[in-house]
Amino acid sequence: MAVRLDKPWIALTDANVAALAGHLGVYQLANAADVIVYIGVADARSMFGLRGELAAMRDNPPAQASQFRIEVTMSYRTRHLELLQAYLHDHGGLPVANTDIDQARLGRLRPG
Amino acid sequence: MDFALTDEQRMIVDMVRRFVADEIVPLEAGLDPDADEVPPDELARLVAITKEMGLYGLDTPSEYGGPDIGLVTRSLIAIECAQHRAGLYAPCYYAFGGSRQAQLFEATDAQKEKYLEPMLRGEAKMFFALSEPSGGSDPARAIQTRAVRDGNDWVLNGTKLWISGADRADYGLLFARTGGPGRAGVTCFIVETAWAGFNVRRIVHTLRSAKYATEIQLKDLRVPHANILGEEGGGFSIASERLSRQRVPYAAECIGVAVKAHQMAIEYAKIRETFDAPLASRQGIQWMLVESEIDIRTSKLAVFDAASKADQGEPFRIESAIAKLVASEASGRVVDRSMQIHGGLGVAKDLPLERWYRELRIRRIGEGPSEVQKHIIAREILGAGLR
Repeated sequence: MAVRLDKPWIALTDANVAALAGHLGVYQLANAADVIVYIGVADARSMFGLRGELAAMRDNPPAQASQFRIEVTMSYRTRHLELLQAYLHDHGGLPVANTDIDQARLGRLRPG
Repeated sequence: MDFALTDEQRMIVDMVRRFVADEIVPLEAGLDPDADEVPPDELARLVAITKEMGLYGLDTPSEYGGPDIGLVTRSLIAIECAQHRAGLYAPCYYAFGGSRQAQLFEATDAQKEKYLEPMLRGEAKMFFALSEPSGGSDPARAIQTRAVRDGNDWVLNGTKLWISGADRADYGLLFARTGGPGRAGVTCFIVETAWAGFNVRRIVHTLRSAKYATEIQLKDLRVPHANILGEEGGGFSIASERLSRQRVPYAAECIGVAVKAHQMAIEYAKIRETFDAPLASRQGIQWMLVESEIDIRTSKLAVFDAASKADQGEPFRIESAIAKLVASEASGRVVDRSMQIHGGLGVAKDLPLERWYRELRIRRIGEGPSEVQKHIIAREILGAGLR
């Protein structure tokens, strides 16, 4: 499977979020310029999984996030780490709104 | 065989059991069910307690500051440390010091100063890279990663797979082929992850999230000749020694999870009523519990037999293979039965059973699959002619 998430972006609207199932998984948020501003995870503590997490993001969008994309996965913890590490490798830092992650504790990935 | 515990062993078991119940289990209530680490401040607090207990650095020899314990005591501790949700792959969230790369204790003085001492001080992390896409059960033949001598360096090219912790490590032990096919052609190198040509390409997503695996690609990685661990061509014996010894606490951890799952099944069977009677009154349930009891006791005998022989300096290769085979298979059955007794609750993330079920499935493959353990035993009882 691909390391980076490259699905099309979906508008962060009530209707689009309501259409999501309550699966566990990972997601990315982007601003209107398609710049990733946050990489998040719906883990087993999330109420209603990805739908619940993205509903919270829609109510309080970080860094002017207006779009999202998701990946449903039961390996949500390792996939979240992988997406963060791949972004760190590509950009030299984490997305602007990922202040919840301690960059120093992340591993170093060098995807091809 | 006399497996009666000494007073000291009883005291250690009680102490670790209290630590798990009082410190670890309550901590897990606030964590994701698949969590494999606690916040740094919590870990520091837990480590302070294990140091106070005199049990920090379980796999560190006493001359380097570790506790002076044998493999029987180490196995007893492993059984206790595994009895919580993350216990199989993150026992007590590494509050007892995590795993050590034991081969470094045999390194040269210069290698010890540069690589062993920072690891012992908790300032550096290591990985162990043996398996490759071509296989991990038969490393003597499967290793295709090539090391070619170039002046005072070796140049390594190849791919390693299923390597835990490589993305967070500072350096590691990596096995490559320096000679022809077979055991004598494999050499162990100490490689630093910051060196050009060392690339962790991806995380390999599996049934577990704790101690996750990675894929490493080596592209013209230059390693100084001085970073060979042991002798050139002596890598296989380094790997083999590690695997035999490690199988025993590895098997003991499986038992720890089984013990806890079995306790849960017994308690639930007593309180859960169907058709106006507790589950425990049904013969179908009773037999499941009896089979689990037998599985756990049989596994303990196998593990302590192997550990006891190792402690007495006797050969224990066949015993460690039996322990790993019996405990990993039996523990999977115990957890499966416990899930069945718990019904729908058994497969929900509300309980730790579903995590143990997933992770124990890996244990039948990790550190040598059941079939390889049988192959090891067959070779021992049939003699060298089978090799």
